[in-house]
Amino acid sequence: MIWLLCGLILIAASGVPGLFTRREGAGAERLACGLILAGALPCAWALVFACGVPRQAISWAWAVPAGRFALQLDSLSAVFVAPLLLIVAAGSIYGLGYWPQLRNPATGRKLRLFYGLISAAMLLLLTARNGVLFLLAWEVMALSGYFLITTEDRRVEVRRAGYIYLVATHCGTLALFGLFVMLEQTSGSMMFPATASLPAAGGSLIFLLGLFGFGMKAGLMPLHVWLPGAHAAAPSHASALLSGVMIKTGIYGLVRLTSFYADIPAWWGWTVLLLGAVSGVLGVALAIAQHDIKRLLAYHSVENIGIIALGLGLALLGRSYGQPTLVVLGLSGCLLHVVNHGLFKSLLFMSAGSLIHAVGSREIDHFGGLLKRQRWTGLLFLGGAVAICGLPPFNGFVSEWLIYLGAFETIKLPGSSLSLSLLAAPSLALIGGLALACFVKVFGVSFLGEPRSAAAAQAHESPRVMLWPMGMLLLACIWIGLLPTSLRPVLEQTAADWTGVRSLPRLAGEMAPLGAISLAGWLLLGLLLLAGWWLRRRSADAPRDLATWGCGYRFPVSRMQYTASSFADGLVRQFRFALRSERHGGHITGLFPDREDLFSHTPDLVLDRTLSPLFTGLAGLFHRLRRLIQNGIAAIYLLYIALALIILLALLGF
Amino acid sequence: MANLLLLAVILINFYTLGSARLVACIRAVALQGALLALLPLVIHGPSGHALLLGLGALAFKGVFIPWLLLRAIREIRIRREMEPYIGFVATLLLGVLLTAGALIFADFLPLAKEHLGGLSVPAALATMFSGFLLLITRRKALTQVLGYLVMENGIFIFAVLLSEAIPLMVEAGILLDLLVGIFVMGIVLNHINQEFSTINTERLTALKE
Repeated sequence: MIWLLCGLILIAASGVPGLFTRREGAGAERLACGLILAGALPCAWALVFACGVPRQAISWAWAVPAGRFALQLDSLSAVFVAPLLLIVAAGSIYGLGYWPQLRNPATGRKLRLFYGLISAAMLLLLTARNGVLFLLAWEVMALSGYFLITTEDRRVEVRRAGYIYLVATHCGTLALFGLFVMLEQTSGSMMFPATASLPAAGGSLIFLLGLFGFGMKAGLMPLHVWLPGAHAAAPSHASALLSGVMIKTGIYGLVRLTSFYADIPAWWGWTVLLLGAVSGVLGVALAIAQHDIKRLLAYHSVENIGIIALGLGLALLGRSYGQPTLVVLGLSGCLLHVVNHGLFKSLLFMSAGSLIHAVGSREIDHFGGLLKRQRWTGLLFLGGAVAICGLPPFNGFVSEWLIYLGAFETIKLPGSSLSLSLLAAPSLALIGGLALACFVKVFGVSFLGEPRSAAAAQAHESPRVMLWPMGMLLLACIWIGLLPTSLRPVLEQTAADWTGVRSLPRLAGEMAPLGAISLAGWLLLGLLLLAGWWLRRRSADAPRDLATWGCGYRFPVSRMQYTASSFADGLVRQFRFALRSERHGGHITGLFPDREDLFSHTPDLVLDRTLSPLFTGLAGLFHRLRRLIQNGIAAIYLLYIALALIILLALLGF
Repeated sequence: MANLLLLAVILINFYTLGSARLVACIRAVALQGALLALLPLVIHGPSGHALLLGLGALAFKGVFIPWLLLRAIREIRIRREMEPYIGFVATLLLGVLLTAGALIFADFLPLAKEHLGGLSVPAALATMFSGFLLLITRRKALTQVLGYLVMENGIFIFAVLLSEAIPLMVEAGILLDLLVGIFVMGIVLNHINQEFSTINTERLTALKE
């Protein structure tokens, strides 16, 4: 545990030396990267023992009222800490190439300072066992996140995204303050209660507060308003950290909170399950309609949080209805998907950053044909895309498959209302299919075909310092996809820690044949390599001067290709009832029509369609009200005083 | 005897509310102050404390402040309150309603036993409300000063009830506050007059945030 604390301090301080160096010096960024790596190592060392030693904890007195510096690293924390360390380390190396101090003298130092701070705050948050300490870490994380998002604060849309994030995160924190105060009144102390020690009675309000506060951070569907803008605005490796790790702290909070209760009311599970399905389907539908690659990836985060919530909902239902198999499958799927999404989403954000680095734009329609110019980035992006679509042999498949198994588990109980949760399976299938369509669009439009802009035609491969961390993440994805059995002990231990029950079913054999998955993965990989080799040999003598998607023209131009909008148009129309995309132009009349333009734009369902008009209206109302009340006439102000006096007297009298 | 005094105070309230002539209003308020100066003696008997309080009140409320105000009025040469926010009759009616309300309301207050039944508490409330009403409805800065004075008179009635409990220093402090307040208002009054060549306060609305 001391190791973890040392690493945490090193990571937190990683950006500090840079503040005292020259603006144009490159030494400080290498030092910061080295400090983060040096801090991640002892943390990883502590992690190795997390599952073996039952109690790894420190508990020191702390001068803060009701606070105690209590840390503990159990398997539930470890599941979240492990991807955190990998992604933080990968991101800090990647940042050397993506955001070098020499080219960003104004923002580089700030970015590295808060990168280190947010990483350390998340480590503290995931291991804290005291409510005050947790809230402290939570607030440091939220504020550092704000400064990461507003790294380029000279641009107006970045400031707007940061502002929305700040408002959202503070609403969430407010709910968490309420939550911990109520928890303190139930359990009698600000320390986290032991697993399965609280009765469910009186817990419903606490759960709802947690669902709001943690759901806001995680980005569950109606609460995701801050997420797309914030992820798009931050530098790519910071987006990777925010999307890969930070939003998972919301999931951690929910999982930790539900572990305190001995019995879980059924409606908790149903609520989480329903929210998960809505987030998943609408998140991916919104993702398809985006043209900005980072916004698109951000909406995929909403989708994946939906999948994670589906798993958590199944596990909660399993506890309410006394189905240990369902608990193990649901929770394992949920937590494995937390790890997986952290890995492949940060990989995707980093490779998207590599594209942006090369082309200088976030619009998918400015890319095109990049596979020829950025071969490695393309391969890494493809790996991440296959993983996020939940296809074997990568890791996304394993976790989604566990959730499928959990959903099918409910068939075995005919007649119970639990079998309704079978509906998780078709929504998961719908999510998977749409995600596949979305990444076919992204990969096809950006990497295949012909360059759509001059910048894309002159794109160059990113430096190795950016490619290696991405390769590391892809390796981790492949490892989980091909050797899922290696994670079995951790997942089983976590399920036991979550429920407080030692004799849960094993994650093996008939129930979850992980070994078979592993075997099938290897076979598929071999088959793919064989097919690739064969195709390569066949295409060796094919003519090379023809453009991709040339449609039979001898001299095609890049404008003949599918654009991001036109490729997705069919699917977006299917979801018109929910997305309400705006289309401008595109009406062709006559036999020889003039030049015609078509634009489509999909504003966010909640933020742009609901909250913005609502708040604008409220602001206008209050503005008018203020002008009415605060009119500058002294006599009216005196009237207010008299009224206040009379009301106070009346309160006293009656 | 005390109730008679208080009745006179309430009647003077009505007079100030209904009168447009500033000089008459100032004189009425001066008379109110002088009557109130008698109140400690009547309620608590001729003790040293009561005597001191009465003399102080007479000197400030009955003589000094009215003299200041009359001098100010001579300098800025106005005699009448024109066009108040709410008309004189309406103000008077409101004053009657508020006084009736104060009488009813005082019955509901959790008072000490010796204060029950007397006119003191309702009169204090009614006088404070009248002061507020003057402040709210009038435009001229001078009438607003009068409003403050009337309101202070209401507070004074309350204070007399408690004069056994409140040390002399506190009362002296309140009187001093009032005096300083009137001085400041007088100075502000002159400045408003010089700046806008009127003492209507509505010109001051441009100062809002």
